[in-house]
Amino acid sequence: MNRKKLQKLTDTLTKNCKHFNKFEVNCLINLFYNLVGEVTERQGITIGLDRNAFRNILHMTFGMTDDMIMDRVFRGFDKDNDGYVNVSEWIYGLSVFLRGTLEEKMKYCFEVFDLNGDGFISKEEMFHMLKNSLLKQPSEEDPDEGIKDLVEITLKKMDHDHDGKLSFTDYEQAVREETLLLEAFGPCLPDPKSHMEFEAQVFKDPNEFNDI
Amino acid sequence: MSKQEVRFSGEWKKKEALKEAPKKEEAAALQKALPASGKSVLEKNYINFGKSQMTKRLQPSLNWKATFDFKEHKSLLRDTQEEKHGGRLERSGPPVSPRRSQLVRKSAEKIEEIISESSSESEEDEEPPDHHQEANAGLPSEYWQIQKLVKYLKGGNQTATVIALCSMQDFNLAQETCQLAIRDVGGLEVLINLLDTDEVKCKIGSLKILKEISHNPQIRRNIVDLGGLPIMVNILDSPHKSLKCLAAETIANVAKFRRGRRAVRRHGGITKLVALLDCAQNSGEPAQSSLYDARDVEVARCGALALWSCSKSYENKEAIRKAGGIPLLAGLLKTSHENMLIPVVGTLQECASEESYRTAIKAERIIENLVKNLNSENEQLQEHCAMAIYQCAEDKETRDLVRLHGGLKPLASLLNNTDNKERLAAVTGAIWKCSISKENVTKFREYKAIETLVGLLTDQPEEVLVNVVGALGECCQEYENRVLVRKCGGIQPLVNLLIGINQTLLVNVTKAVGACALEPESMTIIDRLDGVRLLWSLLKNPHPDVKASAAWALCPCIQNAKDAGEMVRSFVGGLELVVNLLRSDNKEVLASVCAAITNIAKDQENLAVITDHGVVPLLSKLANTNNDKLRRHLAEAISRCCMWGRNRAAFGEYKAVAPLVRYLKSNDTSVHQATAQALYQLSEDADNCIIMHENGAVKLLLDMVGSPDQDLQEAAAGCIYNIRKLALATEKARYT
Repeated sequence: MNRKKLQKLTDTLTKNCKHFNKFEVNCLINLFYNLVGEVTERQGITIGLDRNAFRNILHMTFGMTDDMIMDRVFRGFDKDNDGYVNVSEWIYGLSVFLRGTLEEKMKYCFEVFDLNGDGFISKEEMFHMLKNSLLKQPSEEDPDEGIKDLVEITLKKMDHDHDGKLSFTDYEQAVREETLLLEAFGPCLPDPKSHMEFEAQVFKDPNEFNDI
Repeated sequence: MSKQEVRFSGEWKKKEALKEAPKKEEAAALQKALPASGKSVLEKNYINFGKSQMTKRLQPSLNWKATFDFKEHKSLLRDTQEEKHGGRLERSGPPVSPRRSQLVRKSAEKIEEIISESSSESEEDEEPPDHHQEANAGLPSEYWQIQKLVKYLKGGNQTATVIALCSMQDFNLAQETCQLAIRDVGGLEVLINLLDTDEVKCKIGSLKILKEISHNPQIRRNIVDLGGLPIMVNILDSPHKSLKCLAAETIANVAKFRRGRRAVRRHGGITKLVALLDCAQNSGEPAQSSLYDARDVEVARCGALALWSCSKSYENKEAIRKAGGIPLLAGLLKTSHENMLIPVVGTLQECASEESYRTAIKAERIIENLVKNLNSENEQLQEHCAMAIYQCAEDKETRDLVRLHGGLKPLASLLNNTDNKERLAAVTGAIWKCSISKENVTKFREYKAIETLVGLLTDQPEEVLVNVVGALGECCQEYENRVLVRKCGGIQPLVNLLIGINQTLLVNVTKAVGACALEPESMTIIDRLDGVRLLWSLLKNPHPDVKASAAWALCPCIQNAKDAGEMVRSFVGGLELVVNLLRSDNKEVLASVCAAITNIAKDQENLAVITDHGVVPLLSKLANTNNDKLRRHLAEAISRCCMWGRNRAAFGEYKAVAPLVRYLKSNDTSVHQATAQALYQLSEDADNCIIMHENGAVKLLLDMVGSPDQDLQEAAAGCIYNIRKLALATEKARYT
């Protein structure tokens, strides 16, 4: 991308995304292109991080291990559903991922957890996400009993309108009462330590960065 | 079912040998089996321990506690601890802390053991079915739910753990049954272990629960026994403010007993807690999500709460001071948040019992803020401020500061509010100590505090009475106030308090009554109410402070009573009692008794009686002392006692004279005066003159002849005259 276009992009992104200043947007754009690698720009070819590359980043940089969740995070970033996270999606996504307000994070997490996107987190979806969260006991008669129980417990705690599934309102109310429930079904946000390390590394001293 | 029970007991025997992972599965199997069969098995266990059905149903958890052998539990846990440290390098399946899996094993062993005990017993006993039925209703459903949640804590990854922790918070954690249930299913070990991991959310969730259940005294001890404190202290270093707050609040609860406080100090907790008080400190963290953040003020408040609990131990008070806690506490006093002020003032009040603190408190302008907060609406805050003032007012400068900052008026007006007894005790205490300064007494008089204090002499708990009487005792050092107390009808209730067993109260009452007795009209009332006899019988009180105080009080009584001699004689065995007190070891008692004897001996008949009781040898034995107070009163007593029979010579025989001469070398002029008088009296006897001369009395007395004190001059001169007279007579006799 030539300099002028890049400049324009930076400005647009800085204006629209609320949590990064111009310098930081710059750094992130540079990081993006570093990650994408050498690709010649051509019409019709989308430049972006594909699913594998993105999940790789999540794993290496942010220590995430849950495949399903990582997949959902990718979907959350890839708003236009074209299978690639382009540079704008990258910036907007990271804006919420790293520095979102509670409201933004709640929306983001809910979308991650709502596997079929119907606006509700159903029991089956919860079961699916919590499937591997308990140690498997081979001698247990029904290994899923514990998981089902966990799902019931969670529903009891969070389902305020008692309709057997979590709407966004239910979820929001529950999280406002107990913030720990934000990532109730899986870690879809970075843990504080890797978050700090990422920001420290990427947003290095402005004087060091001379070329765009 | 019996097959399963047989399997359980078999496994129990193998418990010692098994150490590998497969055990975990068996453990889970057992745990899973519990709800079905284990329930009834365990219930049977309770019955076998001899508790009646009724009590079991009403208080199931306490039964469990009684049957649960805690010592055994402890030894198991110690093994667990060792294993925990040993197994540090292991890594197991899901992102679960390695230590947790070890703990699962050990806790499983424990549960196994209990089950097998019950199973073997149930095999022996034959329970009729209906017992079963009632027994099942015994344990509350919370117990089973909590047990299930702890199972998920042990066997779940971070996500499941957080869900379980959040769900656990929904139980009424203030209720003892829930608290003990968590402990009894091995929940405490898991919760503490969670604190040792890197997972912030788990730490937060765990601390939220520990914070609530540590209100229970047993649980506190358990937490310390399990090594929870050093881990919590380490969390105070965390960059996440919300974690710091939670850890500090939990420590505040756990440190409410001595061993807990000691543990906090031993692990370097005091320094870290003091560091929390520094509000201006910037952690330098980028803005994190609201999960991990908290206001700086909140961090300081939690730190103050923890320090308040810790400050009840002497070594911790010192540690807080050395860590620079006082200026930080002083700074926090300037805020207006009541929630912050109460623990801060509470800490200061605990620490102010130490003198090293009082100096620092004066320097930091804390008194000003304490006085300001006396005017707050919050009763607890007022109480703690008054207590702090009570502690600090031991020091004169502080007493002046309280007056200068206008603290006396709110104290006086708070006297009128008698509903809150703790606060009233604190306020009266502050007034008592402040009354040690005369200027403050004047002010209290202006604010009509004395009348109110007299009103509080009846119908108040002991903690209040001690302080009220103490205050009145100080106020009555002034003539006008004595009259005032009498006019308000204070003499009677005071004399009524002479009967009692609280030592501090008795010391204060005797002092107050003694002060009042300086006024003749009050003395009449005291006498009429039989107060002197009551004082006299206090000489028999086992506590030396009470004895001494009573003796001091008797002096003005005897001085001012009509027919004092007659009155004294009327106390059966009274004189003998007084003389025998001269055998005491306590210097204060001795000084006070000598003073009393001085007054008694003014009456010739009584003097004769005490001489018969052997007062001379007893007084003489005391002569070898360096204590100026004792010297003074002893010398006075000796000079009085010389005025009977051959007492003068007797004092010489009992070797009292030579030590008395040495008293003249003291720095205290009241000692000189008393000694000169005594020597003058003694010098009427020739042998005594010789002894005095041999001991170099003349030179010392010559110096005193030039003293500005007229009585001293006369006594010294008189003594020298007698010595000289004898010397001259001796010389004359030599030449005839």
